[in-house]
Amino acid sequence: MTGKRTEPIDPEKLKKEILAKYPAKVARKRAKQIVTNTIDDAGDVPQVQANVRTVPGIITQRGCSYAGCKGVILGPTRDIVNITHGPIGCGYYSWLTRRNQTKPPTDQDENYMTYCFSTDMQDEDIVFGGEKKLKAAIQEAYDIFKPKAISIFSTCPVGLIGDDVHAVAREMKAKLGINIFGFSCEGYRGVSQSAGHHIANNGIFSHVVGEDDSVMDAEYKINLLGEYNIGGDGFEIDRILEKCGISVVSTFSGNSTYDQFANSHTADLNTVMCHRSINYVADMMEEKYGIPWIKINFIGAKSTAKSLRKIAAYFEDEALMKRVEDVISEELPEIEAKRLEVKERCEGKTAMLFVGGSRAHHYQELFKEIGMTVVSAGYEFAHRDDYEGRKVIPDIKIDADSRNIEELTVEKDPDKFKARKTEEEIKALEDSGYAFKDYKGMMPEMDNGTLVIDDVTQFETETLLEMYKPDIYCAGIKEKYAIQKSGIPMKQLHSYDAGGPYAGFRGAINFYEEIDRLVNANVWQYLEAPWQAAPQLSAKYAWE
Amino acid sequence: MTKERPSKPYTATQNACKMCTPLGAALAFHGIERSVPLLHGSQGCATYMRRYLISHFKEPVDIASSNFSEETAVFGGGANLKQAIENVARQYSPSMIGIATTCLSETIGDDVPMILAGMGASIKGTSLVHVSTPSYTGTHMDGFHQAVAAVVDRFNPADKRIGYKPKKKKTVNLFPGMISNADIRHLKEIFETFHTPCTVLPDYSERLEGPSWQEYQPIQEGGTPISVIEKMNVAVHSLEFGAVLALNADKGVDTAGGILKDRFDIPCTRMPIPMGVKATDRFFETLSEVTGKPVPERYQKEKWRLVDAYVDGNKYVSQKKAVIYGEEDFVVSLAGFLSEIGIIPVICATGGKSGLFRQALEQTLPETVWDQMQIHDNMDFTRIEERAAALPDPPDLIIGNSKGYAMARRLNVPLVRAGFPIHDRVGGSRILHIGYKGAQNLFDTIVNAILEKRQSDSSVGYSYM
Repeated sequence: MTGKRTEPIDPEKLKKEILAKYPAKVARKRAKQIVTNTIDDAGDVPQVQANVRTVPGIITQRGCSYAGCKGVILGPTRDIVNITHGPIGCGYYSWLTRRNQTKPPTDQDENYMTYCFSTDMQDEDIVFGGEKKLKAAIQEAYDIFKPKAISIFSTCPVGLIGDDVHAVAREMKAKLGINIFGFSCEGYRGVSQSAGHHIANNGIFSHVVGEDDSVMDAEYKINLLGEYNIGGDGFEIDRILEKCGISVVSTFSGNSTYDQFANSHTADLNTVMCHRSINYVADMMEEKYGIPWIKINFIGAKSTAKSLRKIAAYFEDEALMKRVEDVISEELPEIEAKRLEVKERCEGKTAMLFVGGSRAHHYQELFKEIGMTVVSAGYEFAHRDDYEGRKVIPDIKIDADSRNIEELTVEKDPDKFKARKTEEEIKALEDSGYAFKDYKGMMPEMDNGTLVIDDVTQFETETLLEMYKPDIYCAGIKEKYAIQKSGIPMKQLHSYDAGGPYAGFRGAINFYEEIDRLVNANVWQYLEAPWQAAPQLSAKYAWE
Repeated sequence: MTKERPSKPYTATQNACKMCTPLGAALAFHGIERSVPLLHGSQGCATYMRRYLISHFKEPVDIASSNFSEETAVFGGGANLKQAIENVARQYSPSMIGIATTCLSETIGDDVPMILAGMGASIKGTSLVHVSTPSYTGTHMDGFHQAVAAVVDRFNPADKRIGYKPKKKKTVNLFPGMISNADIRHLKEIFETFHTPCTVLPDYSERLEGPSWQEYQPIQEGGTPISVIEKMNVAVHSLEFGAVLALNADKGVDTAGGILKDRFDIPCTRMPIPMGVKATDRFFETLSEVTGKPVPERYQKEKWRLVDAYVDGNKYVSQKKAVIYGEEDFVVSLAGFLSEIGIIPVICATGGKSGLFRQALEQTLPETVWDQMQIHDNMDFTRIEERAAALPDPPDLIIGNSKGYAMARRLNVPLVRAGFPIHDRVGGSRILHIGYKGAQNLFDTIVNAILEKRQSDSSVGYSYM
């Protein structure tokens, strides 16, 4: 699979080729999930079917509700003891694998992330019920660790045999006097890990947020929602914010602690990184506690600068705005020098991104900065609003799978609600072009004629590689080796291939260098014998 | 961070030393040419297990799923399974779909054999093979062996013995259990030098370690072809590795070799995984008996080189103490190898609980070391670590898969990586454990780990042994 394609690709033709391989019913479904991007004069994009169940037997890259709940959202919190209630596999496979980093203040501080607790259910527990074992496991965890909180994650059989993890949690909470809560995140609930994110966030919102009213002594207090500190991204963002004098009350949930969640309702602004996994928490915190939210993006140097300015503008404080500008002008020259150097070698190359619920969008910024074009992209578990923007939310059809995921209804907290700005202040900001609770989605920022694919399958991936021959493909470990065997560099954007950070300013430099290394590495030349690449052997090898 | 712990036995499992049953089945199915594993349950199971296997092999691993929804969980998974099978068959045209159940489909009691029978047990030339692998029973090793047995059972029915009679070449069946790619390749080489055809089941050594592609391969090349599996019933002999497996078979548990013995009267010899001189001697002797051919000279040379290395390196390993863990059969064979080089396996631990672990170890190890070692089954890493920390003298070595790293780090004892999974190094699937060559590899690695530790602990920094 070498040699660059010269003639332009007709995405519609390609789509037809892909669909022809599917049975009619599957083809009809996939047809709605594979869309050629077009942006009309009003800025509208075509509809994409998203967050619908994967067809059985079509090998998907998606995970399950449990994975989203335990692995993604609660995984990065270091001081809650997470007990998996179920047979051993689920706990084992979600044991410290996503490379979320954490930094306890000292090595004597709690960090349970290296542990994997499971009730390891056996036949008799399935037959007679596992509640007794679960209670014993909670007691044991308490006796050994005396943690601030314990949470319980249900795997598939738990719901079916009728174990009531919530009742167990309540009982043990009363008995032990620490916060204990359960999650009904059985793997069959919802269509993907996205359901698990929702279940996890609802749980944290109901059981933890608002528990601690002490107010941090700081001038500009924000929460960073939907940032998971993969590869140390969160550390770099924290560094920049600190330099600007902006304090982070809590991060949901990279490098997080129980106390941060408990105290998060005291922040003055919610900034949302990954819209998919957490926008509903931002909505609920606004409703209940009066904290406005904005969408930000710290992936890409320009986006980082833009996001900092947006945060500063919210506080309407000249000193802060000046400080942010100083930080930006201090940090940018080094990035700019690296960017231009790398751009020279990467300009005109093409990329594809099939990852996450926000990363396929955010990382397009970084590729643009070094002159690369994204020809196709899609999410693994996002919803329509992440593709088309929040304006489509009222039109989203709620199917049976989504109905099973609890939507919390929240009200103004009589004691803890505090409007951060008056309605007039909000309006004045909005009139000046400031966007609260807005996300325009991925597609309006992609070129016309690019191919947008939701929940891409292994088979579709291979067809895309064959047709487009992109210079780099970004996804996760499950796709990685099939793509590299096809001779195309592959970058993991779930776990970063043990690299990173890629967020913020220093992260941008890391990413430019990483992409430069990948797309320009000599190693790819070895994949094919020279006489296959060029019929006539020349005296010089391509890597010389 | 360390905490005081009570000494009573735990209820919960902390940092498990085993994986779930369907994972073993999914891996075994990868060792059959053009087969696709399909897990009957939630899609998360397939995704998790793919990721785990991929991270070890660093190769593509595709596992399909019947993608249960909440409705499926309530009303049964028959329709989903049927749809999944049809879609896999259409997209991949596989030779076989290996269907392993999960805790979900087992808990709701889906009758998979009946569903498959309803489909005629095959679809458009794709055979459907089922193995029951509820994750609340046994470990990944049980799933592995059961999947192999299910495949043999399916393609060698008692009433359909094919007419083919081998004339000149006498084929031997080899069921090696869960060993590395390098191990499988080495076994195949050995049979080649014996000029004896051998059917290895499963054989994922090519499929899970293949070259770059000239064109897209929906299913990577390699694996034992079904046409060959169908002829296992005319082999002259079956060999089955695994000391615990052998004891289990004695108790009446069905194994692949046992099925062929019962149905076709093919003699079956069971032996521990051949790690170390003694076990490898036994393997070669058996092979020589079965084939009627002498052991090729090259293996004698390999053996004497190995023994010479044992002698030269003895001073570094003699009376050293090792903590070892992993699958029961793996630990038993590893312990056997260690005891012959003079290392005392002071703790032999496994996550399995066949109840036969101690018996298998005592059969394998000389009585002289029995009272120097602790044998623990049904263990997790927390318990292994506690026992290791409580040893009168700290161990010199820890040997096992990469999940023991945290323990090794806390105890400040070198970890020699072997077995499955190896997630924090490259080349996990290329570790050679078996045969004289495998013993040589393990021996060198172990001695060097001890030397490296001594060197880095030294304040001087000698660079001469």
